[in-house]
Amino acid sequence: MKLTTKLLAATALVGASAASATELEVTHWWTSGGEAAAVAKLAEAFNASGDTWIDGAIAGSGGTARPIIISRILGGDPMGATQLNHGRQAEELIEAGLLLDITDVAEAQGWRDIINPISLLDSCTVDGRVYCAPVNIHSWQWIWLSHKAYADAGVAMPTNWDEFVASAPALEAAGKIPLAMGQQPWQSSGAFGVIAVAIAGPDVWKAINIDKNAEVAAGPEMAKVFEAAANARAMAANSNVQDWNQATNLVITGQAGGQIMGDWAQGEFQVAGQVAGVDYECLPGLGVNEIISTGGDAFYFPVQSDPEVEAAQKRLAALLVSPEVQVSFNLAKGSLPIRGDIDMSAANDCMRKGLAILAGGNILPDGNQTLSPDTSGQIEDLMVEFWNDPNMSAADAQAQYAEIIANAD
Amino acid sequence: MTVADTGTASATRVHRRRPRILRNLASKTASIPMVATVLVIFIGCTLWTVIYSFTKSRLLPVPLFETMPLFSIPVPHLLASDGSWDFTLITGLKSSSFVGTDQYDRLWGTRRWIVSIGNLGIYGLCSMTFSLVIGFTLAALLDRKIRFENAFRTIILYPFALSFIVTGLVWQWILNPNFGIQKVVRDLGFENFVFDPLYNDKYVVYGILIAGLWQGTGLVMCLMLAGIRGIDEDIWKASRVEGIPVWKTYVMIVIPMMRPVFVTSVVIIGAGIVKVYDLVVAQTSGGPGISSQMPALYVMDKMFKDQNLAQGFAASTVMLMTVAIILIPWAYFEFGRKKNV
Repeated sequence: MKLTTKLLAATALVGASAASATELEVTHWWTSGGEAAAVAKLAEAFNASGDTWIDGAIAGSGGTARPIIISRILGGDPMGATQLNHGRQAEELIEAGLLLDITDVAEAQGWRDIINPISLLDSCTVDGRVYCAPVNIHSWQWIWLSHKAYADAGVAMPTNWDEFVASAPALEAAGKIPLAMGQQPWQSSGAFGVIAVAIAGPDVWKAINIDKNAEVAAGPEMAKVFEAAANARAMAANSNVQDWNQATNLVITGQAGGQIMGDWAQGEFQVAGQVAGVDYECLPGLGVNEIISTGGDAFYFPVQSDPEVEAAQKRLAALLVSPEVQVSFNLAKGSLPIRGDIDMSAANDCMRKGLAILAGGNILPDGNQTLSPDTSGQIEDLMVEFWNDPNMSAADAQAQYAEIIANAD
Repeated sequence: MTVADTGTASATRVHRRRPRILRNLASKTASIPMVATVLVIFIGCTLWTVIYSFTKSRLLPVPLFETMPLFSIPVPHLLASDGSWDFTLITGLKSSSFVGTDQYDRLWGTRRWIVSIGNLGIYGLCSMTFSLVIGFTLAALLDRKIRFENAFRTIILYPFALSFIVTGLVWQWILNPNFGIQKVVRDLGFENFVFDPLYNDKYVVYGILIAGLWQGTGLVMCLMLAGIRGIDEDIWKASRVEGIPVWKTYVMIVIPMMRPVFVTSVVIIGAGIVKVYDLVVAQTSGGPGISSQMPALYVMDKMFKDQNLAQGFAASTVMLMTVAIILIPWAYFEFGRKKNV
């Protein structure tokens, strides 16, 4: 009898709390050490506000997770919220009416006035309606260098790409890998993009990636880029790792001189307890063209039938953009915040460099915002072959690249 | 006697009166769900895929009958009211969803696809040959009434119980130069020993083949063993009386008698070859570069990662056609002929 009453009371309690708090399953592909630490900040903040964050981490990179996420949305089993790179990946889902319109949240919070650069919000906007909440800015244009590797080899720390190339033989003589590279297609394609912006400059990059100008892609500036990439390929020949964070680990442990990788690599250095300027160095734009691309992550909210869930989705959207969450999340992840009006004084050297470039307006859109996933996929296929096959000449690769750009949409 | 005879006769008469389609009505009704499944899922969905491979579908299939203007011609005519000239535009429409064979042109112009087809060819040929040879040899050895036959059979069949992902990961470690065979041999003192098939674009397909054989031959062996055990003991006695060597008995007498078992094995191995996907994902993800890509990976990537359904459909249609071209004539000769005899 007593037990029954207790059970009843417990059930009533659970029932009561369920009415005020809503569970939201959130899918994302943040699974490396630094990334997991950052996503925990989001979960803490959401739980503290009274709702419940059900973590739906999907292992593997975005290339693995995105198909799972999209097929769940298409298959009628939508999650509460999901990470995607904003840009063109969600275009057709929005057109099919599968994603929640959060324009009212954006207007109530004045997103148009606070989000900087505004291109992030524009990427979330289709026909004047807002469909996603941007959470951070990630830029690809960085090279991460190991103090230990250069000290062991007895050469000075490079300050730009040319010095880095010049120092490669000394590193090799000391038994180091000059350039750490993972083997996944998106890494090959990303590193190539960074070299292109650094060597050919932002105007050439824009002509190819925004205007889809195949003549520029086949032109002499890009020929230099392909030569430089072929050279980088030789420097990365002994790097036998798959995942990007394994490659970062080669830099952290001083087995490799450097890695071209986006600023998310910073989270790995942080988890390993390394300090910017002491243990590792970062050069935005490879130290040549100090410019960053402002791609990033955003959360989308698949349409649900339950109005309570919808209310919770909108609460989460507002929370993601709030100043406190922006500070704690971005400090953990090593990414830049999406608003300029918050106090980032706790940021380290590398993040400050990024913030300064952002404040100076030296920004490019991200490849995900300008090219369709289909075109990006074709470039990835080409690049992963080029980076791994020493017999593929720069001229060959450039010809194929120009053809992809000519047919790009 | 007489009663029974009349019974049969009347039954035959009833049968004759009924149209053919109404005979055995109960069993025909019972098979309706199966027939419907075959029509909708196997034939219907396949046709759907083939049709949509001629469209421009991206993340979602496009509506098939959308149209767009192809041309418009002004046609002059006299106005009835005042007899002046006027023009009416006649607009021709064409489907805006269909793009003809564009997807196939692109497919055959893609290096990754060509490499995939080549890899599947090498993998398929080797996998088929070695599975049959090794499977039969192991079965023949087990058949020699050895001790612990059950134990050996279990050990050899065991890998088949693992998923391809597990097999792939295990072999990825074994073939990894820093942890696997190469490291062990180097630790034994052979400093220059090199064995890294998964990291060499020339041999990577064979690295995958090793894992595939390790997983698959056990099943082939069991099928073969069952076939060998089905051979009449008297055949063996006769061959012993004639003084024919054991190996010759196997090759000249047992193997020809085991034709049905070989047919079953070929079908099972063949299906495994065409759909090879998870093994590659677990071992190399198609790398280094694109040197271990397989058609199934291309289909998956195009359909889901790159959001280009139609391109994926075109690739899977080509896979289906290839299988059909090989299978239909073979099945016709293998199964069709017997029915006619």
